[in-house]
Amino acid sequence: MHDHSDHSHMSDIEARVRALETVLTEKGYIDPAAVDAIIQTYETEIGPRNGAHVVAKAWSDPDYRAWLEEDATAAIHSLGYVSRQGEHMQAVFNGPGQHHLVVCTLCSCYPWSVLGLPPVWYKSPPFRSRAVIDPRGVLADFGLVLPEGTAVTVHDSTAEMRYLVVPERPEGTEGWSEEALAGLVNRDSMIGTALADEPAEHAQEGAR
Amino acid sequence: MTAPTPDQPFEQPWQAQAFALTVHLHEQGHFTWTEWAEALSAQIHSGTDRPYFGHWLSALEALIAAKGITSATQLSDTAQAWKDAAARTPHGQPITLD
Repeated sequence: MHDHSDHSHMSDIEARVRALETVLTEKGYIDPAAVDAIIQTYETEIGPRNGAHVVAKAWSDPDYRAWLEEDATAAIHSLGYVSRQGEHMQAVFNGPGQHHLVVCTLCSCYPWSVLGLPPVWYKSPPFRSRAVIDPRGVLADFGLVLPEGTAVTVHDSTAEMRYLVVPERPEGTEGWSEEALAGLVNRDSMIGTALADEPAEHAQEGAR
Repeated sequence: MTAPTPDQPFEQPWQAQAFALTVHLHEQGHFTWTEWAEALSAQIHSGTDRPYFGHWLSALEALIAAKGITSATQLSDTAQAWKDAAARTPHGQPITLD
């Protein structure tokens, strides 16, 4: 047991956030219920499943893939994933001999509408600074070693432009439904620090 | 470079709150997302070593002060009022400003 008083403690940082809410509410700049709704949405509804849906559709439907290449913003919006920040989306496609990696060297710009909120490592200074200088070293840290001849292109996100990596469709998935394919698309594969899951990994999970 | 680990977007409630306040203010048109990215980047590159959401909160405070929405003094006075309120509130009861 600690010997502090039984009164409440509020950390400096919590008090600063409370102060922002108080002042902004009193001045009429914010609606606290709307703020709560935003938290709820980001915690429950927006996440990498949205991006996996986009990727699986691009794998299954050549027309959709072509649209995604041409105008990713519109193709993604068509599935109901609309950006609240108004930025443009660009889809970049991995293929034989070509790998894409996304970073934001400036801060932490991220395609929220399709991937949710960025993971901690995406926001970390080592990732932000090294991804451009030594992308292969960064990928190796994630356990991803690409063939010698594969080119790695790094895309630096901005407030206006965000990127979605479309990983290569794994072999052995011919005839899979869009929904089953989406199950192979992990979050990191859409940032470029991983590949899509192998079908065998999922078969093993099923057998366990 | 640390190994990637599964993680939650928010480690503590105040981080979610600071995030949502920013998104909401932007949606109300009080600043553009480019202005926000610049404010956040300025904190991240300020040389001050803080956790990511510490930068986020400082950027939000600085941006709304720059926009004339409130002042740094008003924010710090209100933060102190909240700390005082917490200190006089018995554990388990809701903390309120008088």
